[in-house]
Amino acid sequence: MDLSTQLCGIRLRNPVIPASGCFGFGLEMAGEYDLNCLGGISLKGTTLEPRFGNPCPRIAESGSGMLNAVGLQNPGIHALVDEKVPALRKVFDGCIIANISGFSLEEYAACCRVADSCPDIDIIELNISCPNVHGGGMAFGTDPHQAAAVVSAAKAATAKPVFVKLSPNVTDIVAVARACEDAGADGLTLINTLRGMRIDIKKRRPVLANVTGGLSGPAVLPVALCMVRDVRRACRLPIIGCGGVDSAETLVEMMMAGADAVQVGAGNLRNPYVCKEIAEALPELAQRLGINSLKEIIACTI
Amino acid sequence: MQKRTLEIDSNERLTRDCYRLVLKGPRLPDICPGQFVHIEIPGKYLRRPISVCDADENGIVLLYKTVGEGTQVLSRINAGEGLDVLMPLGSGFSTAGGRVLLIGGGLGAAPLHFLCRRLREAGAEVSAVLGFNTASDVVLTDAYRALGVEPLIVTLDGSAGLRGVVTDAPLPDADRFCTCGPLPMMRSVCESMDMPGEVSMEERMGCGAGFCYGCTIQTGSGPARVCADGPVFRKEEISW
Repeated sequence: MDLSTQLCGIRLRNPVIPASGCFGFGLEMAGEYDLNCLGGISLKGTTLEPRFGNPCPRIAESGSGMLNAVGLQNPGIHALVDEKVPALRKVFDGCIIANISGFSLEEYAACCRVADSCPDIDIIELNISCPNVHGGGMAFGTDPHQAAAVVSAAKAATAKPVFVKLSPNVTDIVAVARACEDAGADGLTLINTLRGMRIDIKKRRPVLANVTGGLSGPAVLPVALCMVRDVRRACRLPIIGCGGVDSAETLVEMMMAGADAVQVGAGNLRNPYVCKEIAEALPELAQRLGINSLKEIIACTI
Repeated sequence: MQKRTLEIDSNERLTRDCYRLVLKGPRLPDICPGQFVHIEIPGKYLRRPISVCDADENGIVLLYKTVGEGTQVLSRINAGEGLDVLMPLGSGFSTAGGRVLLIGGGLGAAPLHFLCRRLREAGAEVSAVLGFNTASDVVLTDAYRALGVEPLIVTLDGSAGLRGVVTDAPLPDADRFCTCGPLPMMRSVCESMDMPGEVSMEERMGCGAGFCYGCTIQTGSGPARVCADGPVFRKEEISW
């Protein structure tokens, strides 16, 4: 049985990738299980300068999912490249995806230049869809022209494959996807979280200190599947599907919608071992479904 | 960290909104006082972190308050049912000997009870001051007594023990203190005590295992995750 997949020429042993922000810098879980059961790891969103992020509460419960407003807490791109990625590479031989965020085109480009110098980073994922930081990315992700400008700036700054993580908080995600493709992106990751909020009715105020946050978890799976399918039909770029996947079954569903590989986000917060369990469950599920190679099911519903 | 399914041995109401949950399982990992467990609640997406009130290799005792929907659901689960538990998580209190003063507020008395047990086993001289809102909220006094420590009880309304807050009480002399309770209480404890101290912080958590960065607070040595770098911090690390 062949569980491997490809992202613009990079072979992944399987399609399972913990999503950015839901697995730290990989090292946090390295003591818990052998990370080499994963196809790749998307690292926590990183900016040029270190960021503390938002005040707490940063996390809230919501039906079949959760809200977060962590606000891009990170040690900065230099610490990522000098410390986090080399340390991860020592224990992980899979695809390392650096997720990069910025507040200006120049910042995205500067981050990409630093990431470009790091041989252990395989793919750069541009986060143009963070809903939790004012001016932090999502403004770029909701306008096709802005999105294209970020891609152009990034491509000029690095020779590494550049994926763009798309926001679902748009009227027409296909328009943004096409703009990224035309600007030279090498792949797309979708979807980021959906903007949302909860209110504490006893305190009469929002649960999250940031007021709004990003919704993720099984609640968003149907939205993600639909958007992955729409984008797959309109673009030729490889797609990393993301949103509500927390089992081998939902991973297969995401691939059938059009994803070449799949990120698992909120599921890690509910079960820190979920990615390992999905990877372990895949062979049996594939056999049960009569799948010889996972590549054969990609976009089979289109 | 282990992910275990533990059986509910009992889940009893102690006061108006406080429950005592006993979970059983064979060969449980060793837990340090101050560490917590992260419990999956049926029908809820996120786990709920609860600090450990007592533990041995075959079981753990947790005290929790029904503050929201998750703990309401938990309070209605019967003995015999299984719960999915991540354990043990976070850092613990120092269990070195000497003269140690425990200062608890509300259910902060619970992790300090487990600490009291381990300190007594280490030969420490332990004193305890426990603050509650009112007499009917008072818990664990007998459990502390069983460890040979007579807790000084303080209530806001004076309905049990001394009237006021813990810092109003005549605090016994000690080499160091350990505190767990509401933030304003811990802050006034830290600001009024010259001796070294440890503080157990509380924050709404996501993963509980240090990778989601959902419970970060600012400390003297930079951002710290309450779940993984804490919940127990030295008092001087906390930026109130």
